[in-house]
Amino acid sequence: MFRRRPDADFAAEIESHLAFEIERLQDEGLGADEARAAAHRAFGNVMLRREQCYERGRWMWWERIVHDARYAVRTWRNAPGLALVSVLTIALGIGATTAIFSVVDATLLHPLPYPRAEALVSIVDDLPGAGSYDVGLSQPEWLDLQQSGIFENVALAWFDENNLTGASRPAQVRLMSVTPNYFAVLGVAPQIGRGFPADDRSPGYLLEVVISDGLWKRDFGADPHVLGRSIRLDTDLYRIVGVMPPGFHAPGRTLEERDVDVWAATNFYGPPLSYQPPRRVRNIPGAIARLPPGLSDSAAQHQIDALVANLRRQYPDDYPSRSAWAVRLVPLQNTVVGDVRPSLILMLCAVGLVLVIGCVNIANLLLARASARRREFAIREAIGAGRGRLLRQLLTESVCLSTVGGAVGVVVLFLGRAWLVRLVPTSLPRLRDVTLNWNVLLFAAAITLLSGLIFGLAPAVDAGRRDLRSGSAPYRHARTRSLLVAAEIALSLVLMVAAGLLLRSFVDLLNARLGFDPTAVTTVRTRLPYPNDTSIDKYPTIGREAPFLREVLRQLRALPDVNAAAIGSSSAIPLDHAHRDMNVMPLLVEGRGTDAAQAPIVDGSAVTPEYFSLLGMALLRGRLFTDLDAEATPAVAVVNEAMARAFWPDADPIGARVKLSASAAAAWTTIVGIVGDARTETLAHSDVPQIYASAYQKTAKHLAIFLRGPADTAETGDRVREIVQRIDPTLPVFGAQPLPDTIEASVAGRRFAIQIVAVFGLTALLLCALGIYGVMSYAVAAQAQEIGVRLALGAPRRHILAAVMGRGLALTTAGTIAGLLFAGIVARLMAALLYGIRPLDPLTFTAVTIVLLGVALLACFMPARRAMRIDPTTALRCE
Amino acid sequence: MPTRSRDEPLDLLQGTLDLLILRTLIVEPQHGHAIARAIKQTSEHELLVEHGALYPALQRLEARGWIAGKWGVSSNNRRARFYSLTAAGRKQLVRQTNRWKRLADAIARVLDAHPIEG
Repeated sequence: MFRRRPDADFAAEIESHLAFEIERLQDEGLGADEARAAAHRAFGNVMLRREQCYERGRWMWWERIVHDARYAVRTWRNAPGLALVSVLTIALGIGATTAIFSVVDATLLHPLPYPRAEALVSIVDDLPGAGSYDVGLSQPEWLDLQQSGIFENVALAWFDENNLTGASRPAQVRLMSVTPNYFAVLGVAPQIGRGFPADDRSPGYLLEVVISDGLWKRDFGADPHVLGRSIRLDTDLYRIVGVMPPGFHAPGRTLEERDVDVWAATNFYGPPLSYQPPRRVRNIPGAIARLPPGLSDSAAQHQIDALVANLRRQYPDDYPSRSAWAVRLVPLQNTVVGDVRPSLILMLCAVGLVLVIGCVNIANLLLARASARRREFAIREAIGAGRGRLLRQLLTESVCLSTVGGAVGVVVLFLGRAWLVRLVPTSLPRLRDVTLNWNVLLFAAAITLLSGLIFGLAPAVDAGRRDLRSGSAPYRHARTRSLLVAAEIALSLVLMVAAGLLLRSFVDLLNARLGFDPTAVTTVRTRLPYPNDTSIDKYPTIGREAPFLREVLRQLRALPDVNAAAIGSSSAIPLDHAHRDMNVMPLLVEGRGTDAAQAPIVDGSAVTPEYFSLLGMALLRGRLFTDLDAEATPAVAVVNEAMARAFWPDADPIGARVKLSASAAAAWTTIVGIVGDARTETLAHSDVPQIYASAYQKTAKHLAIFLRGPADTAETGDRVREIVQRIDPTLPVFGAQPLPDTIEASVAGRRFAIQIVAVFGLTALLLCALGIYGVMSYAVAAQAQEIGVRLALGAPRRHILAAVMGRGLALTTAGTIAGLLFAGIVARLMAALLYGIRPLDPLTFTAVTIVLLGVALLACFMPARRAMRIDPTTALRCE
Repeated sequence: MPTRSRDEPLDLLQGTLDLLILRTLIVEPQHGHAIARAIKQTSEHELLVEHGALYPALQRLEARGWIAGKWGVSSNNRRARFYSLTAAGRKQLVRQTNRWKRLADAIARVLDAHPIEG
């Protein structure tokens, strides 16, 4: 193969040629000098030929880039301070943007980890006419969907907790009851053993379960012979038939629903459910389905709409037209990550803005430097460099800078990734999938190149446009730089307004009156088994459960540091969102219809009498429960103010009778008291209707033990376990947590988003101040002589100060006005993320503007003071 | 300085230099200066090769694999880079020669068809 010849070799060949020619000419009788001159003349431009030879076969553009880059490195070495500041700015920008993008990539962009995941949908039933959404579906509705032919498969999934016995000690596991075709829908097979027979249609529960890789390793020591082993879930006996692969997670809405330990299969009819489940009882919380290849979501939705219309005609009694039953298909990915999408997009926008502001700042620094390099460019242009060549040189310099910055940013990110991931709240869906993969690195490379081009463009264009002889360049420079700084101020203002609005909503949220007192309260959870086989149920009725509760409470009160103890259903734990489907019950009000399927669904809990006083919830009217409200006495309930307002707007709820059950045969419950509204459902609202039943009158399987007083959470958990298992050794005791931690966890996601945006807002402010300072300092330095002359002619120093400050102020004002307009638009877009304030919150806008103006004026003041102190004699002597 | 003949020497047509170089090398390997001189002499001083243009042309031919260059020593004991024709170069020479002859004949026919007046 032809190899490139070194330039020196070619030069030697030319030398050899010239020697031949000189010799020949001397033979013809010329003198030595004459011959040499003639030979050179005959040859022509030696340098040009050498260059031609050199360029042959080479990637000249690459050579030029390498050359420019080498030159760029040399020039940066001459300005180490500037280079360092720029590299750090860009490293911060790129590192932060890449970090946030890696989360966005894993959460929003990557398909769920199932084969052909884009064909997976969740099926959501709504009753828009009744104002109820995501109401769940009934078993006959599932059969209709499965047999409609619209889907490859439709699977039901019902999340629950279960008591696992048979392992080292009773444990609580996360169980998902699914239809046998569940794994077929997801398209994932167990790593060992098998899944459920997808076509099985037998009633009741299959006697086999599939367990997660986590449970297999945790409780079965990764025993390869685990298949066929028996376990008891809520005392029912099952056989393990499969172990799911590591990294397999259920497509759930919450962390708990994704971290399932055990899957059990049922067709949702037959024991413990009815053999003929009624169409109107929508007791199954959710369904997932797989669309056949080639069928789009919208086409499937059309077919569903037609099916729904048919069913509504066919079963008019079950689907009254006023409730307007409808079925929605939602991409499964949206169901899993839906809640965090706006926050993530907001964070990405915020960090992107910081990057842009950083770029503008560097552009400004480079412009200032370009002024200083005017002589260099003039010389280069004078000796023949084309403008395109100079432009390329400048862009190469800036891209070099951004590449180093980007590399530093990504490397720091890579080294600190473990630490950074720990800052993210664990509730973030798909957090485990966050990696620095090729996608992310490609993104980092792209934004690195882009930022280099962006911040290199202003100086490059400016240099390309400059007339070498014109003296006006510095003034146009100043104008470009002022424009850039104004833009920077505008962008920073937007970011700070966004941060301010979020912060203010958050502070409002944290300062909201809770309506209960969480201090020194610890909650511990346990769960009574709920076997499918009722003959082995130890707690089939309230008559069996209530004595257990009383005995637990009696022993708990004997603990030394416990001031008060109460038990309630786990839904009674304020702001605990582990199980959103478990705390709802239908509410039938006496004299307002008897159809439980059409009854409104309300949040309800069962609690022992001490609950209200333990949490400091205020009784407004009527009475609270007493120990006399027991199994044998008439059932009573307490409602909150919001419930009273919503259901009895014109009447007194006290004395009203309701049924808290889907069964029409249930006994009436009388409302005896009203408690004040408390933010037990969400910190954002206090007016969510709540009804409380007595735990001695209404059974609850998921139990929460409330203790006021004990300081050591872990020790408290152990003591409660001791007590509970002394009474019933098969019960798991878990989840000991101080109540303030529960509340904190409920806002962790929001707090994280705000911290991110606030940090970026402050960074933007800092960059902005640096930008203003830089521009004003440069302006003062450039006008030193003029100022000197004015001072010499007797201008008062405060006039000089005012002139400089005035200019800075004009700049800032222009940027602020533009920023306020822009921020107004952005604020409206993020209205959904705000709480308790309007998007155009005057306080936030005013405060942010004042802070920004203050910082801007401070940044102007330092150069202005320098201008004021210019010594006229020194300034003039510089001339 | 070589005195110019009364008739100005002909400028080489684009692309013909390559052909001439290949033709010159068919006898034996030559160095650049000798190639230039050979072209000049064989053409009876009608064709004048600009020395400077010769070397990029040699580079080009070498890059295409038609000639191969190697440093050697000339008859008068001077170091020079000798170029020899490769097999590919030989084929190329045949192709180019045929093309050139056809072109020259065709042009000659066109020029001869109409007697030049005046």
